[in-house]
Amino acid sequence: MLSMQNISMVYRAGLVETHALRNFSLEVEEGDFVSVTGPSGSGKTTFLNIAGLLERFTDGRYELDGRDVSSLSDKESSAVRNEKIGFVFQSFNLIPDLNLFDNVDVPLRYRGFNANERKKRIETVLETVGLASRMKHLPSQLSGGQQQRVAIARALAGKPRLMLADEPTGNLDSKMALGVMELISEINRNGTTIIMVTHDPELAKMANRNVHILDGRVSNGDIEVPLSKVATA
Amino acid sequence: MFSYYLKLGLLSIRRNPLMTTLMIAAIAVGIGASMSIITVNYVMSGNPIPQKSDQLFHVQLDSWDPNNPNDDGSFDPPDQMTYTDAMALMKAGKAYRQIASNKSSMVLVPQGDDERPFSILSRNTWADFFPMFDLQFIYGSGWDDAADYNMERVTVLSKETNERVFGGENSVGRTVRLAGMDFQVVGVLDEFHPVPKFYDVTNGAFNEPEEVYIPFNVGIEYEIPRAGNTNCWKPIDGEGFEAFLNSECAFIQFWAELRSDEEEQEYMDFLNAYAEQQKEFGRFPRPLNNRLNDVMEWMEDQEVVEDDARVMLGLSLLFLVVCLLNTIGLLLAKYLGKSSEISLRRALGASRSALFVQHMIESGLIGLGGGIFGLALAWLGLRGIEMLFGDMVENLVGMDWVMVLTAIGLAILSALLAGLYPTWRACSISTAKQLKLQ
Repeated sequence: MLSMQNISMVYRAGLVETHALRNFSLEVEEGDFVSVTGPSGSGKTTFLNIAGLLERFTDGRYELDGRDVSSLSDKESSAVRNEKIGFVFQSFNLIPDLNLFDNVDVPLRYRGFNANERKKRIETVLETVGLASRMKHLPSQLSGGQQQRVAIARALAGKPRLMLADEPTGNLDSKMALGVMELISEINRNGTTIIMVTHDPELAKMANRNVHILDGRVSNGDIEVPLSKVATA
Repeated sequence: MFSYYLKLGLLSIRRNPLMTTLMIAAIAVGIGASMSIITVNYVMSGNPIPQKSDQLFHVQLDSWDPNNPNDDGSFDPPDQMTYTDAMALMKAGKAYRQIASNKSSMVLVPQGDDERPFSILSRNTWADFFPMFDLQFIYGSGWDDAADYNMERVTVLSKETNERVFGGENSVGRTVRLAGMDFQVVGVLDEFHPVPKFYDVTNGAFNEPEEVYIPFNVGIEYEIPRAGNTNCWKPIDGEGFEAFLNSECAFIQFWAELRSDEEEQEYMDFLNAYAEQQKEFGRFPRPLNNRLNDVMEWMEDQEVVEDDARVMLGLSLLFLVVCLLNTIGLLLAKYLGKSSEISLRRALGASRSALFVQHMIESGLIGLGGGIFGLALAWLGLRGIEMLFGDMVENLVGMDWVMVLTAIGLAILSALLAGLYPTWRACSISTAKQLKLQ
């Protein structure tokens, strides 16, 4: 599903170079649930941005779903992002003055679906996350956990092959966090590949594989986590 | 997607009403100021008779002083013609149509005992005046050639005069007392307010047309007082009106209708031959310099749109630019404030070009608002100009649909231009960094 070979990412500010990723290589198979951990500044977010085609890398090769995406134009990378990738952010990133329906509608608009198709998909995904009855509510009328569910619904609406989650429970209390993680695990069980950046080792264990990043490289501690642990976390 | 972008634009405008109001106000003030002046310039420079302006020629014969310039300081031929020359050209009748005319003032005495006499201005002209300038009649028609040569006391009334004297009824065949004589009404004009008043810019390009029309020869025969400019370069030789008519004093506007380039060339040849003939009589001391200008050339020659009006136009457009610079600053603040939403949309699959279009539509909506309020300000500005200058500008301060659409279009275009840089900046922010900041 995702193949990164010797990816390097160097930020330049005048004469100062900062290596965010160094010869970073990673293979993620279709249907994987990969947690990405590492200390602050290790390169987790840079990896996620490159994986989501939000940032261009300095060197290396990146294939997504069998397609070399190393040097796509803005329009092409936007289309790939829209069709193949769903994003879930720590702070939910819902648009405050759009109701839930319209928030979930955003990626579908850029896909060019007609009104009927969009409506069907929105109702389905909001049903999936348990918020179908509140689709005319504004985000401010929901709890944090519910807002993150809407963000997940938005990521799911385009039926992406890959979901990238950046600290998806970082702003939630433990009970809400558990609910969101159960939802993400269910989405993975339904076939969507998931890469989740987290600081929390307990949440990392809910993935079936953990990648630890240190100083911009995958460290040796690439841990296989039994899927059965998800239920007990 | 256009309707979606419109919806997003309206939502964004509602999100920050104070900033939106400021932007609309900045554009409205700029549009209001510039459209007031543009409207005046537009009306001043308009073609008053577009259907045949290229066939109507103002005729100038250079009979002037060889050693001194005209009253306007140039060595161009005089704008008006002497009686001697005008009558010679009328008698020759070389053009398809031709008219000599001048302006007179007189007193009109209404028929009713209760009505008081009042002063009016008269256009003393020839039968061809009416068909030549495409005048439309409510009642009757113009007089015929026989009336000109027989010096019949007939008159055509303007619509306003007919309403004032006859209450708007069909007055053809009735009598009206002008300059102490009875004139029979043969026609009543429909609305006739050419702007500029092309057929006599010498006496005020933006004056209202005259209230009555009488045969030129009648005005001469009865020595009805002239109301327009009279310019002489030689002392009048003798006393009395007859001496004046035979002098080198110019007070007549002369127009010819020429339907093709060939007719124009033939007429110019005729004018030059006439001037050569006059030289033999000791007149026309200057080298040949006769001229034929069609309507728009004549407006240009007479600088109907004066230089100070052009300067005002430039200043008003500069003011619009200043307003737009303010709008750019406000739009920049607004769009950079939307960085998080823009980054989110990028992450969800919007290309930079899609976001660019979205925000340009939002800018256009702000421009539309500015245009609508700008129109209201322009209307107030024009009323202000009218109050300041009164009757002088009465014909210049009306906005037609062209100007309304121009104002809206200019406002939208201005807002789009103002939105270019802020939109480009907002769409160029680093999506990854912005998402990380949230």
